[in-house]
Amino acid sequence: MFDFLQGYDLLGAFWVTVQLTVYSAIGSLVWGTLLAAMRVSPVPLMRGFGTAYVNIVRNIPLTVIIVFTSLGLFQTLGVSLGAERFTTINFRLAVLGLTAYTSAFVCEALRSGINTVPLGQVEAARAIGLSFPQVLRLIVLPQAFRSVVAPLANVLIALTKNTTVAATIGVAEAALLMREMIENEAQLLLISAIFAVGFLCLTLPTGLLLGWVAKKVAVKR
Amino acid sequence: MPVPDGGDALVVLRGVDKHFGTLHVLQSIDLTIHRGEVVVVIGPSGSGKSTLCRAINRLETIDAGEIVVDGRPLPAEGRELAALRADVGMVFQSFNLFAHKTVLDNVTLGQIKVRKKERKKAEERARSLLDRVGVASQADKYPAQLSGGQQQRVAIARALAMDPKVMLFDEPTSALDPEMINEVLEVMRQLARDGMTMVVVTHEMGFARSAANRVVFMADGRIVEETTPDEFFHNPRSDRAKDFLSKILHH
Ligand SMILES: Nc1ncnc2c1ncn2[C@@H]1O[C@H](COP(=O)(O)OP(=O)(O)OP(=O)(O)O)[C@@H](O)[C@H]1O
Ligand SMILES: [Mg+2]
Repeated sequence: MFDFLQGYDLLGAFWVTVQLTVYSAIGSLVWGTLLAAMRVSPVPLMRGFGTAYVNIVRNIPLTVIIVFTSLGLFQTLGVSLGAERFTTINFRLAVLGLTAYTSAFVCEALRSGINTVPLGQVEAARAIGLSFPQVLRLIVLPQAFRSVVAPLANVLIALTKNTTVAATIGVAEAALLMREMIENEAQLLLISAIFAVGFLCLTLPTGLLLGWVAKKVAVKR
Repeated sequence: MPVPDGGDALVVLRGVDKHFGTLHVLQSIDLTIHRGEVVVVIGPSGSGKSTLCRAINRLETIDAGEIVVDGRPLPAEGRELAALRADVGMVFQSFNLFAHKTVLDNVTLGQIKVRKKERKKAEERARSLLDRVGVASQADKYPAQLSGGQQQRVAIARALAMDPKVMLFDEPTSALDPEMINEVLEVMRQLARDGMTMVVVTHEMGFARSAANRVVFMADGRIVEETTPDEFFHNPRSDRAKDFLSKILHH
């Protein structure tokens, strides 16, 4: 029944999906944290930038962003992100697009976490002479992260599924392979089921693990 | 208790004004706090006591006037301001301990990150301060595991760890259950005996009587009376003060 799988690199495709997810997750965690820091910063220009970025990026379809990285950044502006092989360029562009998009959601999740940190602790931190970046880094963000592990898990799961959009610019991840297999084999339902299960294998453990972490690290008040 | 010699002014407020929108919360406040002096600030709710305290370490900005701490005017922002804040300890009504850090880490954090002390030195100092405020055995717990009185004593230790020149207390016992008020006041009395310069906003008249060199009575954003505790409690001059005292002493 599974004979038709011969000749397709199923694991390889899912491995690309995992790589897209991991690199984009790291990228959006970093950039999303910086955006959140900007959104709560005392400097109006930074606040303005953070707010504008989130509101614009969140409201553009991911497909548009991913296509833009390829057509706009690469083909028009010649941005190749230091790669030479076509597949590498597309992979990196996809990570860039996914990061740009997902970081807006990371930022908003974090900002809701920042709002759970009592203002009094921020004042106490300022009162012992910590600077704004120190207050953020030592007091606010550690507590904010702990309170948003669960929402961040949702962002991560959404990201895992969103990596399928990278297929539009030819990144050889799971969805691209799925399309190819559906075209070549007369096994539509079975193939869909295989890929659905493949994604569940990635997302379910993520959700369970981070759900457990969320409970574990919650700050007692 | 005699007021220490007037020569050594540590905190000086001159013509300080502050508005919240149309509300004039501080109205040309002039106040000098001398080294080693304990000043109790009392007054009805909304009179601007908290705002006064918060202005002294610039958690609130002021609109006009000047605040000088140990000869240096309050800097506007940035590194210098942070340095000044480290010299002015503050204890809040709601303790405000860092919830994700242990008691010990609460007390070492500022020493390490602001005073740049080695961790080992900072921990030694923290333990001795925790011992001094009577919570040494709680060092490894998290704030939420402590009683209110214990948390407030940790907060005092956290402020003391910065070796501040002056300590500000904003109603430090108001959020405490009655049976815990005394353990905190006792720590404060001991501090006062050790010569710490203190500004204490409180409704604890017993503390004002026993520990204060001076009482500052505020109403509607102004300092209405400024005198010794004895004078203030037995011979209040203003009607506002008489009215206030009759209310708080009779219940
Ligand atoms: N951030 C703020 N924005 C607007 N108004 C404020 C703010 N903080 C305080 N106020 C107002 O300023 C006035 C003085 O407040 P403050 O907290 O200094 O009074 P207080 O004497 O400490 O009173 P209490 O005894 O209730 O603590 C009050 O009317 C208060 O409502
Ligand atoms: Mg107050």
